[in-house]
Amino acid sequence: MGKLRPMEGNEAIAEAMRQINPDVVAAYPITPSTEAVQIFARFVADGQVDTNYVAVESEHSAMSACIAASLAGGRVMNVTASQGLALMWEMLYIAASLRSTVVLSVANRALSGNINIHCDHSDAMGARDAGWLQLYGENVQEAYDNAIQAVVIAEREDVRLPVMNCYDGFLVSHSYELLEVEEDEAVREFVGPYKPVRPLLDVQNPYTIGPLDLYDFYHEHKRSQWEAYRPAKQAVIEVGKAFGERFGRSYGLLEPYFLDDAELVIVALGSTAGIVKDIVEQRREGGERVGLLKIRSFRPFPAEEIADALGSARALAVMDRAAGFGSGFGTLYPEVAAALYAGGKQVPVVDYIYGLGGRMVLPEEIHQVYNELAPVAASGHPEQLTRWLGVRE
Amino acid sequence: MSAVNEADLRELEPLYTRPESLTETPMRYCPACTHGTAHRLVAEVLDELGVRERTVAVASVGCSVYAYEYFNCDCVQAAHGRAPAVATGIKRVRPDSVVFTYQGDGDLASIGLAEVIHAAARAENITVIFINNAVFGMTQGQMAPTSLPGQVTTTTPRGRSVEQGGHPLRVCELLREVEGVAYLARRALGAPRQVRAARKAIHKAFEAQLEGAGFALVELLSICPTFWHKSPLEALKHLEQAMVPYYPLGEYVDWRGSAGGEE
Ligand SMILES: Cc1ncc(C[n+]2csc(CCOP(=O)(O)OP(=O)(O)O)c2C)c(N)n1
Ligand SMILES: [Mg+2]
Repeated sequence: MGKLRPMEGNEAIAEAMRQINPDVVAAYPITPSTEAVQIFARFVADGQVDTNYVAVESEHSAMSACIAASLAGGRVMNVTASQGLALMWEMLYIAASLRSTVVLSVANRALSGNINIHCDHSDAMGARDAGWLQLYGENVQEAYDNAIQAVVIAEREDVRLPVMNCYDGFLVSHSYELLEVEEDEAVREFVGPYKPVRPLLDVQNPYTIGPLDLYDFYHEHKRSQWEAYRPAKQAVIEVGKAFGERFGRSYGLLEPYFLDDAELVIVALGSTAGIVKDIVEQRREGGERVGLLKIRSFRPFPAEEIADALGSARALAVMDRAAGFGSGFGTLYPEVAAALYAGGKQVPVVDYIYGLGGRMVLPEEIHQVYNELAPVAASGHPEQLTRWLGVRE
Repeated sequence: MSAVNEADLRELEPLYTRPESLTETPMRYCPACTHGTAHRLVAEVLDELGVRERTVAVASVGCSVYAYEYFNCDCVQAAHGRAPAVATGIKRVRPDSVVFTYQGDGDLASIGLAEVIHAAARAENITVIFINNAVFGMTQGQMAPTSLPGQVTTTTPRGRSVEQGGHPLRVCELLREVEGVAYLARRALGAPRQVRAARKAIHKAFEAQLEGAGFALVELLSICPTFWHKSPLEALKHLEQAMVPYYPLGEYVDWRGSAGGEE
């Protein structure tokens, strides 16, 4: 049995990292993720972990070192946010393409410019096509649980892909919550020892990592990388189930909330799902058939599962905490819409861009979304496809 | 209450006023932080040289992220470490402007080390004000590349070990080797005489730019009582007894040929 302990999100991430005891952490501090590496640095200094902690000069070097450490045969974890993740961008693609198994916790924060330290999802969304798996946690418990599961998912032999563990900057990273922290032994047993696949210095089989790959084979290599996301999806499901069996909290690709007979549905990522749950309960008491579809696994994207889960929906709102400039939409909307289209579902979908740069999301605004969805369900056609929530115009 | 005669006041000669190059915005720095001192010295020099109206400041990311609210001139806020490259872009398009960056040791010596070295190598005609407080202040006191051996920071809670955390970087000594540097000096914001010497160095670093001599940098050893976990007086003592011996003060390069070297 785990113990109930009050912790901030960053503290919980550091705690998971202590229990996992990775071989290498190469980090550069950035708000709002800093406390996680800072607390972890103390564990290193106090000899509570055997980790080789490298205080590198930038996130670009951090990710370079992490990838190399992973490919050389180590278990590697790191934490960053916003500009730090953006500076890693070049290396993120390399991390996935070379099938490293780095686990990176990201305290989601807005991107410059202008400079802003508060929550939105533009950092991780900017990396959505880099080949990393992306899990989004709603609260401190989920950030902790996802950090542990991320390691198992990343390292599964049929996956071998890096995983991003996303949790909302400040809203989760700096929020105290009473969470269940599992016992060290139980966590270590769950993640198991690290079994590297083809680490460096196998002297019988010398090889090169990341050699030049032109039009003769690059295309095929990308095709084979493409295939990895199918087993990855299965891994997210199976590891989430195994975690539930072991610790009593099960996870999947999605979390449906009052969805079975829901007609008006909000789709959301991260901490906003928590606010939506409250509103759903309130409105259900009034007899309204409203529901929430929380997406936990954004990569791999559960397109078929989303289409299946929205069977009874008559109108949908996608909550987008990142703007896809020039696309006309946020970043989640096109994926959900494509999933519905591919699944043969004809449901009107409205996009709500909200909460950029930490703009507070108010319960009234979630009510407003459901209120605006009702006429959309009735007419079958939204008047306006993309709306901005809580914006002064 | 003593009666003050306003007419008498008007006749007094002001000895100490706010430089025009500083705005009236109250600074948000911690008590006794020397960022404020450095801002004032730069502002006094800009006033003295009469260049405020053609000056562009490049603010960096660090505790001085709000520098643009304090300097009474146009400002550009650069991404972490990129200020010398940003300054380069401004200066190339506006060669008549006076461009300076204001950067901390995390910004300049860690994430932005490549930018500053290459700006120097290209002999960019810009001025860099480099605040070395041996710590990442803004992100709450982590080890900086300039943290001293043994220094307790939030990422080196048992003190910086050079085996684990590497050796502190001496930026002036690194840049001294780069052709293209017109002026290079290290000063300390400690005792009043040191502050006066710092002011002189800043003056020269702007003169170098006005003469088109090339890249100029002044490193200012600064205190961070908050993340050194010291009182202001203890911090000043530490500056004198630990920082200055590790980072020798002096003029390292002077385009006029009179660099005094280490002092
Ligand atoms: C790419 C990137 N990585 C990390 C950060 C977070 N960050 C902001 S300020 C800072 C360190 C600032 O330290 P320093 O330059 O020494 O300035 P001081 O606050 O000490 O004056 C860091 C790491 C960032 N803004 N961007
Ligand atoms: Mg500093």
